[in-house]
Amino acid sequence: MNKRQFLKGMILFIPAGQLLETLARQAEAAGPGKPKPAKPDAEPDMGLGDYQPADHWYGMGIEIDKCIGCNRCAEACKAENDVPQEPFFFRTWVERYRVMHDGEARVECISVNPQQRGELQEDRDVLRTFFVPKLCNQCAHPPCVQVCPVGATFSTRDGVVLIDKDRCIGCRYCIQACPYGARYFDHRTSTADKCTFCYHRITRGLLPACVEVCPTQARIFGDLRSKASRLVRFQRMNKIGVLKPALNTEPKVYYAQLDGEVR
Amino acid sequence: MIAEIPKGLSELLGQVTGYIYPNEIEIHWSILIVVYPYVTGLVAGAFILASLVKVFNVKDVQPTYRLSLLTALAFLLVAPFPLLLHLGHPERSFEIFLTPHLTSAMAMFGFVYAWYLMGVLLLEIWFEYRRDLVVLAGQERGPLRWIHRVLTLFSKDVSDQAVAFDKKAIKAITIVGIPSAFLLHGYVGFIFGSVKANPWWGSVLMPIVFLMSAIVSGIAMVIFLYMVITAMRNERIDMRCLDRIASFLFYAVIVDFSLEALDFIHRLYQSEESVKILGKLISLKLFMNLVVLQILLGMLIPLAILVIARLRHFNEDMRKLLYFTAVILIQMGIFSTRWNVVIGGQLFSKSFRGLMTYKMEMTGLEGLLTALVLLALPFVILTVLVRILPTRRLQDPLPEVL
Repeated sequence: MNKRQFLKGMILFIPAGQLLETLARQAEAAGPGKPKPAKPDAEPDMGLGDYQPADHWYGMGIEIDKCIGCNRCAEACKAENDVPQEPFFFRTWVERYRVMHDGEARVECISVNPQQRGELQEDRDVLRTFFVPKLCNQCAHPPCVQVCPVGATFSTRDGVVLIDKDRCIGCRYCIQACPYGARYFDHRTSTADKCTFCYHRITRGLLPACVEVCPTQARIFGDLRSKASRLVRFQRMNKIGVLKPALNTEPKVYYAQLDGEVR
Repeated sequence: MIAEIPKGLSELLGQVTGYIYPNEIEIHWSILIVVYPYVTGLVAGAFILASLVKVFNVKDVQPTYRLSLLTALAFLLVAPFPLLLHLGHPERSFEIFLTPHLTSAMAMFGFVYAWYLMGVLLLEIWFEYRRDLVVLAGQERGPLRWIHRVLTLFSKDVSDQAVAFDKKAIKAITIVGIPSAFLLHGYVGFIFGSVKANPWWGSVLMPIVFLMSAIVSGIAMVIFLYMVITAMRNERIDMRCLDRIASFLFYAVIVDFSLEALDFIHRLYQSEESVKILGKLISLKLFMNLVVLQILLGMLIPLAILVIARLRHFNEDMRKLLYFTAVILIQMGIFSTRWNVVIGGQLFSKSFRGLMTYKMEMTGLEGLLTALVLLALPFVILTVLVRILPTRRLQDPLPEVL
């Protein structure tokens, strides 16, 4: 092969090769169900479209003084997320605290028993009273993720702790490890279950169901990566507390006016 | 797979004292998870007793050496079943091996278990029995001959050199085996001890307490089996051996008791946020199991019995009776210990404001019946093992059959 033949061959070969590559790419894109080559560090495609998890870091703010104990958040959550109706499976619930003059704190979960939601008789022994909505704290340092033996429960890049129900073996170690009682065992799927911050909604720009329905805006949802977010404003305007800080779970549910009795 | 929501849960709503988080009504780790640490504890304890002979050269205990190994094997074979039956998706359990989550204490189970079974116990038993099985296979007829031949993996060498190598191998395996046995059960303690959300479990002493109570229960189990088997075979009990093991048991109980007392005093003295609810837990839920069964009947009375047996010079029959009573009480006590850890740790709310109730199923998959079957299974396995593998060494000068 002389120089001329080589150059001729290259002139033909390079565009032909590119054409073939383009055709192959198109075929791959068109072909349904074909596995794509794994790109390192690529976000798994969870049907999220242009959504980039790494650009967000979600949290929730709860303004305790604004909660009126209407329980709509818990009901909306059950409807939105197909949580079993029985009164011992909750992704979110509301607690009522009554701190008495003698220092005793009486706590009830108003989400368990509808009768407890009624107005209380005025009681002179009550020193102060308030409601506390509870949910998964979407910890930045989650003990449930640490203990899962198969990695079925995991932290997403946008700061939400999720459960892969196709992988969960149902050992319930995560339920034991959660200090907040936020997890329950879903007997329909024999896997663990808990609040996802309504991940299917927030990744489409919607609010979690509990935040959406709250009539007093006691719950505020937002992205801590965005300075314009309501949650950042909430954190700027309030003194913030988190639940069980000594356990170093770094919760991302932030409470304003958190009382020392709340555990 | 659609399972029903357990019906008993609504009933339990009425049995809550104080306040609990609403999801806490269900007790997630049932009696099967009580059986699991109890069984692995027996494995570790029996193996450590066997190690005394080989590593520390305690010759008196030789008559129980093989029995200890077989006991450990029988219980180890059953150990994964309570876990498997408890899983929501047992068919996915292999994921623990394939994609273990390395930060999870539980993910290590498969590896610790496989190592202990294959790397330690089966290997040691094989080397210990190889010579005898070769000899037996040469003398026997019928299926047993073939079973023994297969078990020797078709080795035939019974020369002094080969037997010397067996002995060396056993010693090496035992030296690796002791830390492995510690690992096996210490690890089970770590599963509980590392749960910071639960003050009843979360203690650095937990693996050590588990280990010591494992040694106690394993030794007591071997004494029990040795006495029962010799009685069934109409043989004489080697009293030197029995007295010696009983003295080991005595020391182990003392160490175990001291550790548990230390744990208790430490909690009481530190008096952290959880101390009130734990106090209520003990007085309202665990009094019978903890104070009466575990401490009084399971520890102090057997301890007193062992002291009396040592101090007073009773005759053999009386000592046998005392030892037998003590080891049965100890078994019951250690089972209560496991119960109090596993179930007790789930009977109080993590809000530290209320107590739950555990209602044990009777016939369900995670019920009492399954637990009893699982507890009986090792004895069935052991019966078969003892048939195939003689617990007594063949006479040292080999019979002239080969």
